[in-house]
Amino acid sequence: MPLIGRFDPFQGARLEVIDPEGRLVNSDLEPPLPDESLKRMYALMVATRWGDQKALNLQRQGRLGTFASSRGHEACQVGSAFPLRPEDWVFPYFRDFGLYQTLGYPLADFYHYWMGHEAGLRTPEGLNLFPFAIPVGSQILHAAGAGLAAKIQGKPVAVLATFGDGATSEGDFHEGLNFAGVFRTPNVFVCYNNQWAISTPRRRQTASETIAQKAAAYGFSGLAVDGNDVLAVFAAAAEALDRARTGGGPTLIEAVTYRLGDHTTADDARKYRPEAEVKDWEARDPIRRFQAYLKQKGLWDEAFENDVRDKAAAAIDKAVAEAEARPAATPEDVFVHTYKDMTPRLRAQLAELRTAREEPGR
Amino acid sequence: MNLTMVQALNQALAQEMARDPRLVVLGEDVGRDGGVFRVTDGLQERFGEGRVLDTPLAESGIIGVSVGMAAFGLRPVAEIQFLGFIYPAMNQILSHVARLRNRTRGRFTAPLVIRTPYGAGVRALEHHSESTEALFCHIPGLTVVVPSSPAEAKGLLIAAIRSEDPVIFLEPTRLYRAEKEDVPDGPYEIALRRARVVREGSDVTAVGWGAMIPSIIKASDEAAGAGISVEVIDLRTLSPFDEETVLASVRKTGRAVVVHEAPKNAGLGAEISAVIAENALLSLEAPVLRVTGQDITPPLPKTEDYYYVGPERVLRGLRQVMEF
Repeated sequence: MPLIGRFDPFQGARLEVIDPEGRLVNSDLEPPLPDESLKRMYALMVATRWGDQKALNLQRQGRLGTFASSRGHEACQVGSAFPLRPEDWVFPYFRDFGLYQTLGYPLADFYHYWMGHEAGLRTPEGLNLFPFAIPVGSQILHAAGAGLAAKIQGKPVAVLATFGDGATSEGDFHEGLNFAGVFRTPNVFVCYNNQWAISTPRRRQTASETIAQKAAAYGFSGLAVDGNDVLAVFAAAAEALDRARTGGGPTLIEAVTYRLGDHTTADDARKYRPEAEVKDWEARDPIRRFQAYLKQKGLWDEAFENDVRDKAAAAIDKAVAEAEARPAATPEDVFVHTYKDMTPRLRAQLAELRTAREEPGR
Repeated sequence: MNLTMVQALNQALAQEMARDPRLVVLGEDVGRDGGVFRVTDGLQERFGEGRVLDTPLAESGIIGVSVGMAAFGLRPVAEIQFLGFIYPAMNQILSHVARLRNRTRGRFTAPLVIRTPYGAGVRALEHHSESTEALFCHIPGLTVVVPSSPAEAKGLLIAAIRSEDPVIFLEPTRLYRAEKEDVPDGPYEIALRRARVVREGSDVTAVGWGAMIPSIIKASDEAAGAGISVEVIDLRTLSPFDEETVLASVRKTGRAVVVHEAPKNAGLGAEISAVIAENALLSLEAPVLRVTGQDITPPLPKTEDYYYVGPERVLRGLRQVMEF
């Protein structure tokens, strides 16, 4: 029995596969994943947390710019990206480190971008990953457009867009879901409802009881899932992506989670939200929860944990070292991609910049 | 064949759609209705609903969806029904369309054409008469093109479609059916970023584009009667504009009048005047003069003429720089 349609968002139903203690809520809902996939999923969540903390540390040391932490979103990000196939397309947003890790995006590139270099946002050839969007919600339309193009060309692929709860207030959320509904595009829209858009609580974004129920207005299904339960996010995303690939149209998934960190390193969330609320959600940490599940299945022990952490730390340290060793962009680099061919004026400005930089006593 | 600008644009779209199967046309009422000005008339019948798409009424949606389509390998030509309605899409245009190439170092691009009618002179209702081309000229990464005749429109639109850069293609509503012109039957390109010397002259350079060109030609005909020889330049591509052609002309004539329908304040005329001042000051016999729309909200039809830049105002400008 499909999950989509079975959990009615208007009734407040929410898909949960494992409870906060990692126990199976309903064995029928357990996705049939091989042990190795479960362990890989866990490793990706841990690597996301470690890599995220590394970025925060680097920012405090002045080695990385303003950074949007993914802490607490690991289940949403890894669970959404895990069932993607290479031919699918992805339109993420700026808080998506776990998704980038799951898709195998070069970690050095990821850090390189946040260290202040555009080159880090150059997706490797063959990876159908659009650069994450920073203007909130605008990527939802790009995803709808790619979905529409796939449908026009008759290609059996799915197109994923991710965004936060704040994005659902934007006009582009409405326009994107409306396009998707009208053209029945192969889209999966995953909202990481993390309760806070900087200081604005979820209740100030919408009077709807749930975000998932908004799908009804666009003529397709919505499904709320426990966003701290990676198996719930995975199961919902896998089913929605399959539906999309086989002509079943779009789906909206609301993954209910919590932003454990500040909005970005330029923010101090203590100013606007109660400590007790954060503590409450920390107790429901998605990584600990999945770890408890794996332990009950006999897939987790200290040795595995150490191995996962060691490998994550090594990969992250290597990536950071590689990113820091890269030379800064040249003046030419920042000019040549404005147009396919440089204009005479851009050439003149570049020449002037070069001359000015070479002048003695600069 | 003798065609109106609407027919010439339609022919350009049809020929390019036949040439390139990746090309799709999308927008409000572009399919069955053929567009409110009929520029896309017959295209859906000929190429099908998969290539000519009537969209929901959502300008940001049309442009944002076009970005995603381009990422997937299509070449969208999006129509915004009137320039006055494009503003909901400004975030998509500025934050994504214009900078996608740069922020991905060339990995992704948005080679869209965004077509939209604009300008005063057709006695339209509110929001249908503005000339806000300068807003787009200010955005790095965009190419802004305005045709001034049917044959120009066809060649420039084909070049815009084939360009690897995003193009804002502004179609002067007033010229849509104002005149017919002999338009070559086959497809052809008119190079972007190149101005056209419409007619040569020796006393003063008049720079303009779009619907201003017929006014400038009329004014320079009258000026010729008074012994003033006007060199007329059609800028064609407003951004990045062809500084070289403008400067060569001003160095020859020693005088310049820049004509645009948009308000004077921070209009493109300011940029053109500054380029002339920076590069050809010693060639100038008189200050560069701007003949432009007023710095007011374009009035409704009954008083539109208070705003409008017609041949008389251009002629006054030409005389003024000659008498300096």
